[in-house]
Amino acid sequence: MNILTLFVLIPVVTMLAIGFSKSMKSIRVVAAIGMGIQLILAAFLVYAYLTERAAGNTAEMLFTYDALWFPSLNIHYSIGVDGISVAMIALTAVVVFAGIFASWEVEYLSKEFFISLILLASGVFGFFISIDLFTMLLFYELAVIPMYLLIGIWGSGPKEYSAMKLTLMLMGGSALLMVGLLGIYFYSAPDGTPLTWNLLEISKNTIPIEMQRFLFPFTFIGFGILGALFPFHTWSPDGHASAPTAVSMLHAGVLMKLGGYGAFRVAIFLMPDAAQEQAWIFLLLTGTSVVYGAFGAIFQKDLKYINAYSSVSHCGLVLFAILMMNQTALNGAVIQMISHGLMTALFFALIGMIYGRTHTRLINEMGGLMKVMPFLSVVYVIAGLASLGLPGLSGFVAEMTIFIGSFQHTDSFHRMLTIIAAASIVITAVYILRVVATLLYGPIRNDHYNHLTDARWFEKLSTVTLLVCIAAIGIAPLWLSDMINFSLAPIVTKLSMATSSFVSIF
Amino acid sequence: MNIYDFLIMRHELVLVIIALVVLIIDLGLKPAQKRHIIPVAVTLFIIHTIIGFLPSSGGILFGGMFHSSPLLVMMKNVLNIGVLIILLQSYSWLIKPENKEKMSEYFVIMFFTLTGMYFMISAGDFLMFYLGLETASIPIAALAAYMHHRTKSAEAGVKYILSSALSSGILLFGLSLIYGTTGSILFSDIAFSITDSPLQIFALIFFISGMAFKISLVPFQLWTADVYEGAPTNVTSYLSVISKGAASFVFMLILFKVFFPVMEVWRDILYTLSIATMIIGNLFALRQKNMKRFLAFSSIAQAGFILLGIMVGSKLGMTSVIYFILTYIFSNLGAFGVVSAIENASGKLSMDDYNGLYKTNPKLSLLMMLSVFSLAGIPPVAGFFGKFFLFTSAASAGLYWLVFIAILNATISLYYYLLVVKAMFINKNETPIPAFKTDLPARAGLILSALGIFILGFWSQVYEWINNLTVGIF
Repeated sequence: MNILTLFVLIPVVTMLAIGFSKSMKSIRVVAAIGMGIQLILAAFLVYAYLTERAAGNTAEMLFTYDALWFPSLNIHYSIGVDGISVAMIALTAVVVFAGIFASWEVEYLSKEFFISLILLASGVFGFFISIDLFTMLLFYELAVIPMYLLIGIWGSGPKEYSAMKLTLMLMGGSALLMVGLLGIYFYSAPDGTPLTWNLLEISKNTIPIEMQRFLFPFTFIGFGILGALFPFHTWSPDGHASAPTAVSMLHAGVLMKLGGYGAFRVAIFLMPDAAQEQAWIFLLLTGTSVVYGAFGAIFQKDLKYINAYSSVSHCGLVLFAILMMNQTALNGAVIQMISHGLMTALFFALIGMIYGRTHTRLINEMGGLMKVMPFLSVVYVIAGLASLGLPGLSGFVAEMTIFIGSFQHTDSFHRMLTIIAAASIVITAVYILRVVATLLYGPIRNDHYNHLTDARWFEKLSTVTLLVCIAAIGIAPLWLSDMINFSLAPIVTKLSMATSSFVSIF
Repeated sequence: MNIYDFLIMRHELVLVIIALVVLIIDLGLKPAQKRHIIPVAVTLFIIHTIIGFLPSSGGILFGGMFHSSPLLVMMKNVLNIGVLIILLQSYSWLIKPENKEKMSEYFVIMFFTLTGMYFMISAGDFLMFYLGLETASIPIAALAAYMHHRTKSAEAGVKYILSSALSSGILLFGLSLIYGTTGSILFSDIAFSITDSPLQIFALIFFISGMAFKISLVPFQLWTADVYEGAPTNVTSYLSVISKGAASFVFMLILFKVFFPVMEVWRDILYTLSIATMIIGNLFALRQKNMKRFLAFSSIAQAGFILLGIMVGSKLGMTSVIYFILTYIFSNLGAFGVVSAIENASGKLSMDDYNGLYKTNPKLSLLMMLSVFSLAGIPPVAGFFGKFFLFTSAASAGLYWLVFIAILNATISLYYYLLVVKAMFINKNETPIPAFKTDLPARAGLILSALGIFILGFWSQVYEWINNLTVGIF
């Protein structure tokens, strides 16, 4: 059995096992065991991948497996991973594992909750291991649709509205995406040879430039909507704010990364010429995302909204870096995806835990939490520092790499944009520090807070798992960036061979 | 006629025999035993379905009036599966006291309309096609008015027969023009004399209008909602799945066989009709509260998607249309099965009554969710594959904008499909529909549709099997 297939198989088996479990206790234990195995498997995958590479295996994708599915359309179940997808899989495994423990006390329809959550996870895993565009799309949509139930049933606030908005916007995104992918398929091979959905084979062929110009916006925006591309980001704050804790974690932490990953794995990798030509439009949009998201976060009073807008800003930075299209910036983009995934998952987990105790998410109703729940508060501070890019934590590595990469462009358009985007770090500091100050320090605003308890064991497990990863990337980023760099090489080579050059309005 | 000729038309012959046998057995039953006719009829139909799957070679009868080929046999088999599920789902409704007197009629009428559809599909000339069409549609009016003691049902019957007669008239006028200009009614002869002369284009437009009535394409859809709402639920599912499926098959076959020289013309017409149908069907479905009307409008929108595959005119297009109809049969029958089960158990039909259904009837709610997801085209259920291949076929002809509009419409349709899911899973209700057990045949029907929804997509052999039989214009 191929190790990658296990990543889809284990969630399926776990879902079945949950389906047969009787009590709430056994349900969550089964879920934890299943996702624990998944986490170990992910760690093993990273190890196996590094050993393979160290042994001198230079194939683009490792651990590949290919089975013909629909012969007449040449659809395959084709899987394989490179350094980038290995990193994304590891991220997903960590976040899902932490998510299970963060939702340890879901009592209402807990069986359905964990099944939907793991279904969502299996879609994400499937997406990251796919090489075939059809299965990629299938897993992509599979990951989106459980969100509706997860937010609609277990959410809070205007949950029905948010769930519907999120689902429809993301499905609208997949409408664009589907057109893009179908177009790619019909130009995937030179005339007379059989068409293919296989990413690697398509990349060897050059799609005619007129078609690229037509298809690139479809594909890029299609993925971009999931990556919160301005002005299609509006599902994100509402969705994240209404979703239950684990779902916010998974969604902001992992699902939004599907957008970034797809945008460069499919849109830019397969259509480099159009990407070069049209990048400036999307650079302006993503630049707006970065700054606008950060400003949006300043004005919010609800903890979840603050974090949701900060996600828009950080995910905007991912797409921004991808569009810079050089080795360093792309490397930064991938690290940013992972770093933001871990950070934002940690934030949402903490917010969920604080909300579970104080029953409010409005920052000006809370205060002095450091005194009553020191553990959660300290973790919150560390997560905040990581988010504003303190050296030694993952956020710094990511943002530094991105801005260095972006500044390597010598023209004023890119440099101006980079400077503006880099300014968002200051804004980030404003809203992070403001929250930390009002929420954690100062007097306790409500006597009832004196009786609150600190984190329980499962909460500690959940947060510490994420925290360890954040610190690990911050302290030793080299192994990660090496792993990514190797796999970026073919993409960067393809980009540099693109015939069209950058077109700027300036 | 020798034995081989019988084999060529075995679908039609066996079904007619079964219908007559049911009628005769019913004569011999005492009033108290009448309900035993149901298992007899269903068993006979199962045998018929199995016979249909036996290998056959195909051939031509009656001097070219009747064709049979593996492709046509497969289309008939697809319809058979759908009818079988409907018969199973009808059980608990049929045994109600008010239907006691006329159970066998239900089966006999349904079998005769199905025979009409067989002849329509197998037609080799316009005469046979028209005969089949009328045999298929006139008895349906009787089915729609089956519960004649209810005003709405009687009204549905009248509405159906009137609009059906009108559409047949239009269609027939088109056919007469074709006969007038070509001097033949045989498909194979006409195909050589079709040009883009104004009279023949006129005939084509009349033909398309007539068929558009049957498939309920905008702007010929106005009868649909009222008839669907008034007719008994199982008849509604028959109308929306089998009748529509058969009409789409025939529409496609005749466009491919007869009108292929003027493909440019009908592609443009279908392009417009398709967009109008998807958009209007969706817009009307958005506000529906009655589940039957809701499914009626959603099935109008689905018909718009079918046109996507037809207008391509290629082998890929035909495969995707047949495959889509197959997935559509299972998903729509899943949805209708749940609606009919709930209607029989509690008499409730409004979407608001479905609030909180998951608490009391989790299995039915799950099946309903799967069905509407499949109708909306969400993976991993069959509908996703069906829709995706339709889009693929349209994209293969370079119709990217049409594909885009279609997928946007699929997204709009997702909104109202999610409303059903929301009602069942999210909305709270003080007095939800109480838990109930469906009877064995209905459950078998529901399980069959659930299996189809689940397996059909992953089981690529089905698609390949269809693809091996289809033909395109090119």
